[in-house]
Formats: sequence, structure tokens, C-alpha cells
Amino acid sequence: MSTQIVVPVLGESVSEATVAKWFKQVGDVVAADEAIVELETDKVTIEVNAPSAGMLSDIAVPAGTSVGVGAVLGTIGGSISPSAAPPASQSKAEPPKPPSPAPVARASEVKEAAPSAKKLMAENNLQPAAVAGTGKDGRITKGDVLETLAQPAKPPSPAPAVRAPEPKAEDPREQRVRMTRLRKRIAERLKEAQNTAAMLTTFNEVDMTALNSLRNQYKDGFEKKHGVKLGFMSFFVKACVTGLKEWPAVNGEIDGDDLVYKNYYDIGVAVGTPNGLVVPVVRDADRISFAEVEKAIAAYGRKARDGKLTIEDMTGGTFTISNGGVYGSLMSTPILNPPQSAILGMHKTQMRPMVMPDGRIEARPMMYLAVSYDHRIIDGREAVSFLVRVKECIEDPQRILLDM
Amino acid sequence: MSQDAYDVVVIGGGPGGYVAAIRAAQLGMTVACVEKRGALGGTCLNVGCIPSKALLQSSHHFEEANHHFAEHGIKIKGVELDLAVMMARKQKVVSDNTKGIEFLFKKNKVAYLVGAGRIDGPGRVTVGERVLSAKSIIIATGSDVTPLPGVDIDEAQIVSSTGALDLPKVPKHLVVIGAGVIGLELGSVWRRLGAQVTVVEFLDRALPLHDGEISKQMQRILERQGLAFKLSTKVTAAKNGKAGVTLTLEPAQGGKTEELKADVVLVAIGRRPHTDGLGAKEAGIAMDKRGFITVDSHFRTSVPGIYAIGDVIGGAMLAHKAEDEGVALAEQLAGQAGHVNYEAIPGVVYTWPEVANVGKTEEQLKADGVAYKVGKFPFTANGRARANGDMDGFVKILADARTDRLLGCHIIGPAAGDLIAEVVLGMEFSAAAEDIARTCHAHPALGEAVKEAALAVDGRPIHI
Repeated sequence: MSTQIVVPVLGESVSEATVAKWFKQVGDVVAADEAIVELETDKVTIEVNAPSAGMLSDIAVPAGTSVGVGAVLGTIGGSISPSAAPPASQSKAEPPKPPSPAPVARASEVKEAAPSAKKLMAENNLQPAAVAGTGKDGRITKGDVLETLAQPAKPPSPAPAVRAPEPKAEDPREQRVRMTRLRKRIAERLKEAQNTAAMLTTFNEVDMTALNSLRNQYKDGFEKKHGVKLGFMSFFVKACVTGLKEWPAVNGEIDGDDLVYKNYYDIGVAVGTPNGLVVPVVRDADRISFAEVEKAIAAYGRKARDGKLTIEDMTGGTFTISNGGVYGSLMSTPILNPPQSAILGMHKTQMRPMVMPDGRIEARPMMYLAVSYDHRIIDGREAVSFLVRVKECIEDPQRILLDM
Repeated sequence: MSQDAYDVVVIGGGPGGYVAAIRAAQLGMTVACVEKRGALGGTCLNVGCIPSKALLQSSHHFEEANHHFAEHGIKIKGVELDLAVMMARKQKVVSDNTKGIEFLFKKNKVAYLVGAGRIDGPGRVTVGERVLSAKSIIIATGSDVTPLPGVDIDEAQIVSSTGALDLPKVPKHLVVIGAGVIGLELGSVWRRLGAQVTVVEFLDRALPLHDGEISKQMQRILERQGLAFKLSTKVTAAKNGKAGVTLTLEPAQGGKTEELKADVVLVAIGRRPHTDGLGAKEAGIAMDKRGFITVDSHFRTSVPGIYAIGDVIGGAMLAHKAEDEGVALAEQLAGQAGHVNYEAIPGVVYTWPEVANVGKTEEQLKADGVAYKVGKFPFTANGRARANGDMDGFVKILADARTDRLLGCHIIGPAAGDLIAEVVLGMEFSAAAEDIARTCHAHPALGEAVKEAALAVDGRPIHI
């Protein structure tokens, strides 16, 4: 009795993943629900667990290969090797095979390839799962197979990379690594934003004195009461909501010939991870408290570090905040996160000499702010006024309370 | 005034309109279709595709009996034309078909309203005294014959395609202005029935929008059948007389004029969108310079709730294109993802041999800078064509030089209009030429020529 390991449903609008890593080798004994293979999608990494206990008898798709939903990744053999378990009694106690209809139904989603493509794949020992189909409903065409065959050989597996010092035919001064799905998707989306939007950036600067003193005054009490630190982000999220309510176009998007204005405020907060930037979304930021905003961001940060962010966590934002300041950036022009129409860039706070209203010069903690926006939907007046409102709210946080 | 409320009101009962109406009804919407002609089916069924095919078939039999039966060993004497019977048969084909659509309307519970539909504000259509309210209005009013300045159509001596389908007797000399699909089909009909036919074309080749090789070959075949061509020539004036029409011709670039006498002149220079009396302009519906209604990719006009499909929005003015748009729109209105693939719409000229095409021509591929391969196979090397005695023409397949993906197919040959279907299906599935080559084709059949042309793309046809 054997069970197939299939690619699970990956979430809304995601039909493909790359096998990132096998945790188990052929011959390894696995327990039911034990993580055996990691998949990388456009947005997240997902662990696939063993559908049943047994021995991993076959790895059908090696790491680095693309797979569609429902594709077979490998097989778990029913009989456990003698060294791992007493033979007779155990085979009876073996956990029941999970109901098979689901995987079977999914497997049928793998589309029949064109005859020319089948022949080419057979001749080149290529699995259909390794080829991205571009034909009707994702079917594999001859062109797709030729494309796959024309790609440079597989990326070096981690092992050769470590052995780099050994003289190799490859130029040792450079290393060629296949883009991860996440990196590829980031690249596509950023370029798409640049190609589509009429994008430009407006700048301002904000004096952080008032916010710093407010935080210093309340941070201990806040943490004691809510169990989460009072950071800057909740203030920026709230300040943005105040501005977005006043200038709805900044919270809108273009859909075909329509402009869509949104009466909800789902704010994406860009988070750096070892693999690249991801943007989880704080939902209904206008309706939740400062503490809830901070808690949401902290929870997303933990999830991002552990690679546990889900696709749902990252879809549907109406506006994005990106903080390059954590890496020391003094000034930058962020790129839109489509289909959104604007993004706020926060930067490093730095003491700078400022001229006070009475003419004195004082050292003040200053931060540059940037808003990149799509001029097709947002007028300059709206973008600039929005940013001025954010600045005012940060310099005088009571404004947020009064929604003005 | 009675008032009726519908989910969808379709204005126009041609191939776009009636198909949209039936599909919308299938999807559970309440639908009315307004048609002023008094018969459903539009230009296509009443005065276009269907009656012309009836006459093409009848005249083809006449031609076969006169000229080709003998070579099959069939001797007949005294073959005679009874034009009245031929026309009556054509008329019966038409009326049977229009009644067929009325039946389909009843079956699908589509209300059929006879009269001219006029858009009378958002969601309102008037038909005579009746006022219909509609959540969605679909304009499917089709197209009309494009007139030629200086050559006024009287449907007696100077006719449009409509008149040319109904001539009371075979003209001695028919002059066809326009060497497009309609001109060549109707020119063929009257040539077979005994007329001397001259085709005058402004551009420098017959079937000017087709692949160049097809144009050249087709002109040669039609000339051999007896059609005369005057290319790069424009008609600047027409004078009606008792004994016929005298046309003034001039080289397309200008120059010395000449006169050409004809018993009947057919004006077939194209068709233009038909929106007269529709109230589209008053409703604020945007149109382009040539009068086509402007729509987005979801067939939405500039006015919310009003959609347009078929000839009236431009593109290929073909019944099947309008039908596909009607289905796609009805499905969109029902919340589905309707789809029309404009890259894979076949076109057919029902001369004999027929001409069929889908996708790009060689000229287009060259202009687009696409690297392509050509596979060609003549019907002289096809067993079935030889047995039939119909060996004119060839199949030509164009495929991407790198991916082998089908880019276009051009056929001159017997039943070309049916043979093209498998290539259209292939293109819809992004197939490679090799996919057609690897698909088993029955023997002996005309379709083998398509397979061999696909093999020829890779330089390995078997039978030539």
C-alpha cells in the first residue's frame, strides 16, 4: 500500500510552486503529518506534510523544479523498513490511508500536454511538472518544452557552491543561482508597476520630537498593559489612515477604465526577510486600536521570520508603508505595490539643525518622508496634501485622536 | 403604451444579436430581441452568406453539368438554366432558416419584437409604441453596403450584393466593383450562369487582404474560369442608359480615363456600420470616425449598461465573429468569463475552389519581424482530390521558426472552409505544426493535405 504526496491547493490565484527542499531522503521513515518537503510559491513557502506514515519510497520531483497544484511530488510506501518497527504487528496497526478522492481529483487538473510536447519531454527525460505550460488552461506546448530545454542547466545545488574553491570550468569569480520564485515575482511586480503607472514621488520631512516624547512618556505603561511595544509604525499607520480618508484617490486603484475608491483601509507594511521583501497587510487599520496595530505588525514580523506568512496575509492591501530607515536609508523613492496607487516611504531619523519659528537654530530628530504615487489617478495636489497631513499628524499626534 | 421589463434587450436579430439573445436566455436572463427586417438572421441569413451559398451551390451544379460531367463519362444534352426555380429554391432555404431561428427563440423563451428598436435613455428601448426597460442593452445592428460616390445603387442596373442575389435574368456583361469576398463569390455565380464578368479593383490584387500568394494563385484560377480582372483601377462615374450602364474608369494613381459598358454593375467595395435611427448618438454612445461604435474589451460602450457586438463595432465583419462576441457578452453579463480569441477567427471565400484563412499572412509576419517557417502542400498530390478531379490549390501553414507554434494557415482548395477548422482548433490550443503532423488523418481525405503541409513545415512531407 502506498500513498502519493501531492502539491496541495496553494491559495487564491496561485497555481504553481517550486520544490525548495526535501527534508527527507528516499528510504527515510516518516510519521504521518511530518513535514517532508518545502515548496516555494510566488508569495510564501509552504511545508507539505506526509499524508501517511511509512517510508519515503520515491522522490518524483527534485528540488528546483516547478510543480502545479495536484502534481505528484513523491510516494510513501506503506511498509516500514524492519529496522524501524516490528514487522507483523505494526503493519496492522499502520494508520489508515487517508481518503484518496481528494488527491485524485486534484491530479486530474494536470492538463494533457500537446503530442509534440509529450514526445520532446519523453526524449529529454523531462517531467511535465518541470515545464511551465502556457497553452490553453496551462497546457504544455512544444514551445514550452523547447524553452525549458534551452534554459541553462540546473542551478548549482548547495553542495558544489560550498566546494567553490575547487577549480571548475565555471568562472570561480561569479556564482550563478536560479532566482527563487519570490525573487522572480518581486522582480515582475516591481517592473509591472513601473511600466504601468505614471509614477512620481513627492517628499517632505517630519520633526519627530513630539512623537518621541509621547512614546517615552507612555511606552512602559503601554507595554505593560498590552504586552506589545509602542513603536513608530502604529502612529504612521494611523496618520496615513487620517490622510487617506481625506484624500480617497490615494487609497484607490485603477481597474480597466474604472477608478475604484475603497472605503476600507488595509495597510500593507513592508517587512524584510532573508529571502526578500514581503508586505503583510494590517486589516481595517481605521477601526482597530494602536495596540492592535502594533500586535498585528509584531505577529507578521514573527511569521515572516519563520517563513509562515500565508498568501491571505499578503493580499488585498489598499496602501503600503515601507520603512527603509531601519537599514539606514536617508532618502529614497519607493515603487508602487500594484494595483495600489500610492506608497509611503519612511526613512532614518537623524539629528539635524533646524530653524525654529523664532529664528533660533535647534538640533531636532528629523525624518524624510516620500510618497510615490500613480499620477493617472492621484493629482499632485492630492498626493502632496496627503503627505502634509501625515507630517502634521506625526508632528502633532493629537491630530490623529481628533481625526484632523 | 405598454411597458415591458427585461434583463437584456438586444437590438438586431442577426448572427450577433440572435445568438446573444439565446445564450443570455440559456443563462437564465429574461431577453427580448428587436428586429426591424421582419425576419430573423440579419444580413447573413437574409441577403448575405446563406442565399449566396445557395446560389453558389446551384450554379456550381450547373457548371459541373455543362463542363465537367463529360470527363467523368456522363453524357447529357441540352442542359438548361431555370433561373426562376433556382431563385425560388434559394428563397426557400432562406425562409426555412429564419423560421428556424424563430423556433429557437420560442424554445429558449426569447421575446421576438418586430420593429425598429431605438435607445431612448438609459435602460430604455422603444419599439414603435412599445417601451421596453432593460438592465442591459445590446446593440447588434450590423452593417450596410458602403456606397461608392458617383455610382448610385438603384438595385436594378446598379446593384448591391442584395440586388445581385435577385437578378431577374442573367446579365450579358456584369461588372463587379471590388475584388473582395462578396465580389468574387457573386461574380462566380453569374459567370457560371453565363454572364461575362469583369472585376474592377482599386488595389493591385484580388482578395487584397489575403496572403499575397493566395491572392495571386486565386486570380489565376478565376481568370482560367473566365473572370476578367482590372486591377489598380478606380470607378469614378456611372451613367445609366436604356441599354445598360457606362462606367468611367481611371488608373488608381490617376491618368487616362476609359469607359466600360455593363448590363449590370455590382458595387461590392465593403460594408459600413449601421446605426441609423438607433438613437445611439443622442444617447451619448461614442463612435469612431468611420461610425463604428467604440467598445472596450468587455463590449461596453461609453454609456453604462449599453453594450455592442458584431459588425457595428468593427473588426472582421463576419457572422461567426459576431456570434462569438454575442456568446462572450451574454456570459459576461451572467458573471462568467466570456472569451473571444481574435487571433483565431477563420475567414472563407466560397468560390470554387474555396479560399480559407486563419491567423497571420506572410506579409503580416514579415512586417512584425517574426521569424517563421512555411509548409506547403498542393492538392495535385492528394489522393482524394485527384479522385474527385478537384486539384486546384494548396494548403500553406505558417509556424514560428523557434517554437513551431501555428501562426497562420491559408488554403485554396476543395472544401477549404471545412479543412481550416482543425487548424483554428489547433491555434486555439497554441498547438505546434508538429501537433497537426502527429495527429492521425483519415485516408483518402482532403484533410491529409493539411497534415502534409504541417509535415512540410519541418521539411518532411511524405507525399511530395
